[in-house]
Amino acid sequence: MLNDIFIKPFVDMFTAPDFLLQVLWEGLVSGILYALIALGFVLIYRSSRIFNFAQGIMVVFAALTLVGLHAMGVPAWICVILTLGVMFVLAVSIERVVLRPLVGQPDIILFMATIGITLFLIGLGEIIFGGENKVMITDELGIPTDSLVLEPWGGLLILEQKDITAVVVAALLVVALLAFLNKTRMGRAIRALGDDHQAALSVGISLQQIWVLVWFIAGIIALVTGIAWGARAGVSFALEVIAYKALPVLMLGGLESITGAIVGGLLIGMLEKLFEIYWGQPLLGGNTETWFAFVLALIVLLFRPQGLFGERIIERV
Amino acid sequence: MLYRTAGQFKTSYQADQALFPVRQDAVLLAVILAFAWVIFPLTASEFTFQTLLIPILIYSLAALGLNLLTGYAGQLSLGTAAFMGVGAYACYKMVTLMPWLNPIVAILFSGVFSAGVGVAFGIPSLRIKGFYLAIATLAAQFFLVWLFEKWGWLYNYNASGAIQVPNLEIFGVYVAGPQASSIVQYFVVLGVVTLLTVVCINLTRGNLGRTWKATRDMDIAAELIGINLMRSKLTAFAVSSYVVGVAGALFVFMWRGAAEPNLFDIPLSFRILFIAIIGGLGSVLGNYLGAILIVGLPVLLNTLPEALGIPISSATVEHLNIMIVGSLIVFFLIIEPHGLARLWALIREKLIIWPFPH
Repeated sequence: MLNDIFIKPFVDMFTAPDFLLQVLWEGLVSGILYALIALGFVLIYRSSRIFNFAQGIMVVFAALTLVGLHAMGVPAWICVILTLGVMFVLAVSIERVVLRPLVGQPDIILFMATIGITLFLIGLGEIIFGGENKVMITDELGIPTDSLVLEPWGGLLILEQKDITAVVVAALLVVALLAFLNKTRMGRAIRALGDDHQAALSVGISLQQIWVLVWFIAGIIALVTGIAWGARAGVSFALEVIAYKALPVLMLGGLESITGAIVGGLLIGMLEKLFEIYWGQPLLGGNTETWFAFVLALIVLLFRPQGLFGERIIERV
Repeated sequence: MLYRTAGQFKTSYQADQALFPVRQDAVLLAVILAFAWVIFPLTASEFTFQTLLIPILIYSLAALGLNLLTGYAGQLSLGTAAFMGVGAYACYKMVTLMPWLNPIVAILFSGVFSAGVGVAFGIPSLRIKGFYLAIATLAAQFFLVWLFEKWGWLYNYNASGAIQVPNLEIFGVYVAGPQASSIVQYFVVLGVVTLLTVVCINLTRGNLGRTWKATRDMDIAAELIGINLMRSKLTAFAVSSYVVGVAGALFVFMWRGAAEPNLFDIPLSFRILFIAIIGGLGSVLGNYLGAILIVGLPVLLNTLPEALGIPISSATVEHLNIMIVGSLIVFFLIIEPHGLARLWALIREKLIIWPFPH
């Protein structure tokens, strides 16, 4: 038993390093997607202290809109632009209808409101596009679908090109986002709002505009995530489940930190794959991916209650 | 006018702190209890029992349990369904291992197991607060549901992986299983819910409830005035999980009749959280109002198009349902963030001075 837990997995790792690399790669790719969803959460949380549960369904909704529009015969690239338009309209209407009347309410009320939005979008998406699994329009968007075969140490490592594309696009998105937040006026306004609402308002930053902007950016991130994940697993409402995975990522990385979201996402993506392959399947009957991330985050939080990169929690009486 | 309190004098502290300082409240409750215990059982149809009365009672009990934790002690939990599952599986194991056990005793005792599990998952609350804690309770949610699926002993190694409620009887009357009649089950549920509600009301008014409220309002200040935060938080987790666990046992034994692990998945947790929040955090009454709304609304929406003669496919109705429930949640949060219980409190205040506004 002890041998199975402490020795055998590591022996397996060293005897088949190519398989280990493959597992890590798979974990990295799903980790990137967790990180992207977590990024959407963090942006909204930083600028408005809203814990946006609807981020997951926004991913599904964006992907469904894209695929649905293409099915109506619209060319792929115009679909992307139209979908961005839909996400903008969504951002504006969420701000107008839901958030504006709820300004200043306790966190939990806003959190519940985003669950309400989630339910609304699930119903709307099912009515408009139907609930069945759809195929992401990878070819039409120019995403390569071949795979790259490497042979490290005489082993075998298969990298799908669409995964490589996803990783590259995600990296570009993160760089663009960081540049936007740190170098532009709008970005500074977002960060100011995150630091102190009232101070930001008093220097003339418009709360409403920034909220629309932030939700729109979250929508763009959702679309990218939707395309990347849809290319791997098809577009369906099951995608919503991966949004739950972003939650432990947030815990691990800290709710306020963009770096935390990315590092946390990659860590959780890789560790849960490693645990599943080397410990979960042989010892626990598999499917441990549903809870491993949460338990890991829980254990880390016991030692660092603000997460790895979160703002230090200072309490005053 | 209806609620005129003039002339109801209190001559002792005891009278002032009684459960119903206003006579009309007691009368109203008596009327509601009379409806619940006498009039509904006499008039309700099988359909009403199964789709409205029994589920409303069970959901309100579960929401009450969550409300003790979230509304009174201020610890947000998203793992309610998993604790319901613990109660249901514990009850199932008890009645199959000890068939001679009185099923009502088994149901009441099954909460003890979920209380234990609840305390174990409540320990992080000593370090973690707010949304971090909420996500931490999701660990319980996902881990326990996974355990229900993988641990064969829990469901007696059934081929189906689901638990099936056997026929259980008390004094020759079937109370659970395929042969039990709805009316008997209704009375069992009503009895348990009434009992636990009375216990909970008194708990929240007593010493324990006051330490919970102090912890919720400001935990550091509570600690400074001598409240043991660890004890306060862990008792909140224990009592809350106990009630939720009993609700879970009732959920399977008195209503569903069978359960698969994914019955206790996250949508159920959210459903109960909706009930507690729309009803009103930190109130007992709110859970009932919330449950009536959340359980009753889909039933109403399902029957409405048929009654009006509008032809809509059942799938569309279901999706419309989700949309409407979602928008109603947002709507209720906007008009009254403190829930239906607050709405009722406002109405009551108006009624006291009605028809004279000053």
